[in-house]
Amino acid sequence: MSVSAANVVPKPTKLVGVALILAAIVLAACVPFMPNYYVRVLDSILIYILLGMGLNIVIGYAGLLDLGFVAFYAIGAYTYALLASPQLDLHLPFLLILLIASLLGAIAGILLGIPVLRLRGDYLAIVTLGFGEIIRVLINNADRVTNGPKGIASIDRINMFGLTISTPKDIFWLLLVTCIIVGIVVWRLQNSILGKAWMAIREDQDAARGIGINTTNAKLAAFAISATIGSIAGVIFASFQRFVSPESFTFQESVLIVLIIVIGGVGNILGVIAGAFILILLPELLRDYAEYRMLLLGLLMAVLIIVRPHGLVPRSFTPASLFAWFRSR
Amino acid sequence: MTGLIVQQAVNALTIGAIYALIALGYTMVYGVLRLINFAHGEMFMLGAYAALIVVIFLFPNGAGFWGALVIFLAAFVAVGLIGVAIERAAYKPLRHSSRLAPMLSSLGISLAIQAAVQLVAGPQPIGFASLFPAINLQFAGANITTVQIGIILCALLLMFALNRFVAGTRLGINVRAVSENMRTAQLLGINIDRAISLIFFIGPGLGAIAGILYASYYGVMTPTMGVIVGLKAFTAAILGGIGSIPGAMIGGFILGILEVFGTAMLPILTNGYLGTEYRDIFAFAALILVLLFKPSGLLGERVSEETMVYKRDF
Repeated sequence: MSVSAANVVPKPTKLVGVALILAAIVLAACVPFMPNYYVRVLDSILIYILLGMGLNIVIGYAGLLDLGFVAFYAIGAYTYALLASPQLDLHLPFLLILLIASLLGAIAGILLGIPVLRLRGDYLAIVTLGFGEIIRVLINNADRVTNGPKGIASIDRINMFGLTISTPKDIFWLLLVTCIIVGIVVWRLQNSILGKAWMAIREDQDAARGIGINTTNAKLAAFAISATIGSIAGVIFASFQRFVSPESFTFQESVLIVLIIVIGGVGNILGVIAGAFILILLPELLRDYAEYRMLLLGLLMAVLIIVRPHGLVPRSFTPASLFAWFRSR
Repeated sequence: MTGLIVQQAVNALTIGAIYALIALGYTMVYGVLRLINFAHGEMFMLGAYAALIVVIFLFPNGAGFWGALVIFLAAFVAVGLIGVAIERAAYKPLRHSSRLAPMLSSLGISLAIQAAVQLVAGPQPIGFASLFPAINLQFAGANITTVQIGIILCALLLMFALNRFVAGTRLGINVRAVSENMRTAQLLGINIDRAISLIFFIGPGLGAIAGILYASYYGVMTPTMGVIVGLKAFTAAILGGIGSIPGAMIGGFILGILEVFGTAMLPILTNGYLGTEYRDIFAFAALILVLLFKPSGLLGERVSEETMVYKRDF
């Protein structure tokens, strides 16, 4: 309804922006004093936040279950690995590769989007899963280009504006800036007309079509934007690992990203951040029980979902709603 | 040339029969709960390991015909009970939440089972001696082993038995009623919990037998073997039309044929540029193609787009 929409939309945008920026500032202020290990953990949390925000567009906003998201992550990572390493001996500048990878990601997203437009629910899930596997098998076997299972090593460090980004702390700043930019873009998109169209499709596709939403274009846009974000995350991942191999892009990686969204809270940026912190920190904390780590992680996954099937941060949750709740007391 | 074709046809039937057995478990669960049970691939893997345990403890000097029967039965029951327990613990509490939730909890269970088996048996591949006598037979220029014949016969027998069970017995009719419409079945006095438990007993049990057959065929098993085979069997279930038992069987055989002949033809067609390492692509490529043209699978019921729309899935 238009009344409630008018009430809900404008204020939280700013509030969440302020909250996110505040949180980022606090974290960032601590980073220079942290040991490298902790910074590395933060780096991977930020990578997964980035991936989660990307996938959330398709799952959380448009309501299309994508189990092959890792394919776009792999495309980004391999684009950087191929264009900035001795493998093809090209060593292109970072920003150019970022642009190329974003474009490739968008194209791949649309390529996946076109055939699956007619599918929904489980069929969509399984076809996207198949797509992810196909990309992985291709990377694994196109030895002449991707070096196969051995992967590509000694990838260039990022070099832009005369700065070399090499230490985990440098990567942290890069990731933080990227996450903030992507977060703002995603937040703006969520409240844009396109975002409203996605949510209409999620709630009722036929009704959405009935009121004149071009569901085809909206879905393709969701796939393309989400794939672009995934691809950007891949580029940064490749640059800080300085090594890529098909092993980083398995089905389980896709599942992890879906879990980040589902455990954190579907369709909510704050949920993605919470989910990434939980699911990346947990395995780190379980490191002392290395042998039992996967067992515990699997069981925890199941238990978390059984206990909170709607995620930790519900979709309707915003800082403004918390504020209103306090006011009403 | 005929020898080659006969050879490949038998290979395709063998692997197709195994896919079909696993696909049955997926399709029965999906037919009733509308759940993609990702832990089903692990049931397949557990079957092979359960069989190995029985072999080590009861038949260290080789099992005869009756011994093999005991092994199959033990694996069927053990893995079937595990399946029932998983349903109780991980899926039943989620029966009324979004459809994404049980699927993800099945993924968690699948990871946990793999990890548990790795802890107990180690991550390395373990050799598995075939339960069937291994004799090479020459037929029309092709080299066929009795292991292959045993696998095909065993799978066909089980599928026939399942069909008889579902079509002809009281329990089977209950299962069919529940899969048709759970609420109506409940109103008619069918104990749906019992029907669902039965499905989670038979499906994993058949998967376990498929695991033994697979390990007999390739002579080796690993804790992760359920992942890719499970996914392929699931595509087989979709190819045939998910929810349909004959569809799952046909889908399994079609997938076996596609994969074996595709893998054999690929190096010839591309002049050796693309080789057998692309075997795993066929299942997924075929899946995407079939779903594009026939979204409900080959034998699936004709569903209009309206009935395929599940509102508020996530």
